[in-house]
Amino acid sequence: MYVYDEHDRQLLAERVAQFRDQTDRALAGELSEDEFLPLRLQNGLYVQRLAPMLRMCVPYGMLRSKQLRRLARITRDYDKGYAHFTTRQNVQLNWPALEDVPDILAELAEVEMHANQTSGNCIRNTTTDQFAGVQSDEIADPRPYCEIIRQWSTYHPEFAFLPRKFKVAVNASEYTDRAAIQVHDIGLQMVRNAAGELGFRVHVGGGLGRTPMVGPVIRDFIPELDLLTYLEAILRVYNRYGRRDNKYKARIKILVKALTPEGFAERVEAEWAHIKDSPTRLTRDAIERMKGFFTEPAYEDLQDNPAALETARNDSKAFANWVGRNVDRHKKPGYGIVTLTMKKTGTPPGDVTDRQLEQIADLADQYSFGEVRVTHQQNVVLADVRQDQLFELWQAIRPMGFATANLNTLTDIICCPGGDYCALANAKSIPVAESIQRRFDNLDFLYDLGNIDLNISGCMNACGHHHVGHIGVLGVDKKGEEYYQISLGGASQHDAAIGKILGPSFARDDMPQVIEKLIHVYVDNRTEEEEFLDTYRRIGIAPFKERVYA
Amino acid sequence: MRNIVKHDGTIMADAWQLLERPAEGDSLTLPEGPCLVPAELWLAGHEHFAGNDRIGLWLDSHEEPELIAEHIHQLPLVAVNFPKFSDGRGYSTARLLRERFGYQGELRAIGDVLLDQLQFMKRCGFDSYALRPDKDINKAPRCLNVFSNPYQAATDNDEPLFRRRGEFPVAATA
Repeated sequence: MYVYDEHDRQLLAERVAQFRDQTDRALAGELSEDEFLPLRLQNGLYVQRLAPMLRMCVPYGMLRSKQLRRLARITRDYDKGYAHFTTRQNVQLNWPALEDVPDILAELAEVEMHANQTSGNCIRNTTTDQFAGVQSDEIADPRPYCEIIRQWSTYHPEFAFLPRKFKVAVNASEYTDRAAIQVHDIGLQMVRNAAGELGFRVHVGGGLGRTPMVGPVIRDFIPELDLLTYLEAILRVYNRYGRRDNKYKARIKILVKALTPEGFAERVEAEWAHIKDSPTRLTRDAIERMKGFFTEPAYEDLQDNPAALETARNDSKAFANWVGRNVDRHKKPGYGIVTLTMKKTGTPPGDVTDRQLEQIADLADQYSFGEVRVTHQQNVVLADVRQDQLFELWQAIRPMGFATANLNTLTDIICCPGGDYCALANAKSIPVAESIQRRFDNLDFLYDLGNIDLNISGCMNACGHHHVGHIGVLGVDKKGEEYYQISLGGASQHDAAIGKILGPSFARDDMPQVIEKLIHVYVDNRTEEEEFLDTYRRIGIAPFKERVYA
Repeated sequence: MRNIVKHDGTIMADAWQLLERPAEGDSLTLPEGPCLVPAELWLAGHEHFAGNDRIGLWLDSHEEPELIAEHIHQLPLVAVNFPKFSDGRGYSTARLLRERFGYQGELRAIGDVLLDQLQFMKRCGFDSYALRPDKDINKAPRCLNVFSNPYQAATDNDEPLFRRRGEFPVAATA
């Protein structure tokens, strides 16, 4: 994992001092609300329905146990003893006091953390696959490039006041896309060209929100050394020509659409031609140096499927289920990738208490070289667990509530904080998730249903990624009443697609039953091999419509 | 006369007078002292204005720096307007004027120029700042130098941090 040197520490200390001064001036009335707004947003601070909300950055989802313990302490000392994992791999506090935020940032800085650019019209946290570096099918580890992008984008003087927020995601696997890069402002897919050189395929203009779009490719291959200059060219074209007259038309996707992807690409190429040999061009040394931070931990030479694992699997069906669902294949024999699910029925998806944060830290130290990853599905990954320790780990996490063996099933719901917490929401989302989780509480049935992404957003800002859920749920406001609109067929991986709206929306109480009907259409129509999405793609939306609105 | 801030933190009285765009049909009356003319009017009269070291121009945030590229060496002062501080186009304009078109004269930020944006303006090549009059100009010098060693290259610094860091520290792998 990246480790700060004196330059990083100094920059962050200067940032904390700067925000302290800005907060003092805001509290003294020297900064108007409008003037303070982007400053606090770029330090993670929103003012929400019930209290300020602080979104702390977890660069590309990586956390050390020491950082988890500090987060736990911060939630205790400055908040109500819990935090929330977001859909962009970050962590939020729901109840900090405005005047405490500079102190919180100072505490974060001590463990090389911050809340830089987690909000505001700037370049946000760069995200990637939570299995980066441990999966067998990746082109190369994406994390060194994510950190390179993080540094380039941090306090970038030209791009601090973009037309709108800007999100970059990187994916390294050929077969999966856990980072959902095609629904980001820039999606970078690592590829090798015919000569075997490393580079990126560049998608621009994907996104969710009001105008969901899958990002078109504007360049098939940009060599790794040219990554930053090319990003700078894209951002400059966007900064200059993106719309600023209408907040809802200000994302880069609108510009890409207006110019056409080809037209947009031409502008980027023309800009890039001027700057491709500028000092911002990466050097081989800089990349190699960065890779040095993301080396393999001290793995032991082990075999897959050790006897201890086999025995435990045979003895306990519940354990076998959990291994089957929540443990993924690791590139190293004898190791597994464990996802701790933060989706226990009855707790808001992604919510964790201070005690749980410390428990996760202890688990990381004991089982996974002291590191964890936060996923955009709001779960936590222990990436390097020995297979012969899986049973012991499973026993440890069951009482903690992290062993719900529902990963990627219907009840592993992505859900925004919704109307319970968020000032923007039209409707509550957490109670909908909970009622669906209660309705589908039979694990055997869930496993039989296979992989289904159910995503819930409380408003069209789409923090719950509803457009790319196989089943998407969007909270809407109908004359002051909360209703829920359903879409089907969305997907966020390599086959990314925006879901189609099923029809008129439903009252909250009807939601579990409606979801059940949709599931039954799938069960009645599927062939043996088909997942929900396959069946939907084959039979279309009509049979679902007929059943639900009959 | 109002005070302006220079990139080194000096605060000084300034004689340049900003001329707004005249209303449709009206003509522009040049004052006695040095003045900044709207870019399109300067361009319309460039045979007349070029090389006059008392007449500069100002670009609005939607006006492209390419417009004045060919006249760049005939201008004593170029100002870029920030109609609202949150309109970030002027940062790109400034970098292009400096880095692409080689403008070496004074480059001034005008309009909704606040304290907390000065650091970005300086990094993008502005070297004087007409701070909005209700802001405390005495606080400007320290707001110009927030980050002593920034990550990126920009107009003020052509060595990004990745080109300046030392050898990979062995201790960091621990």
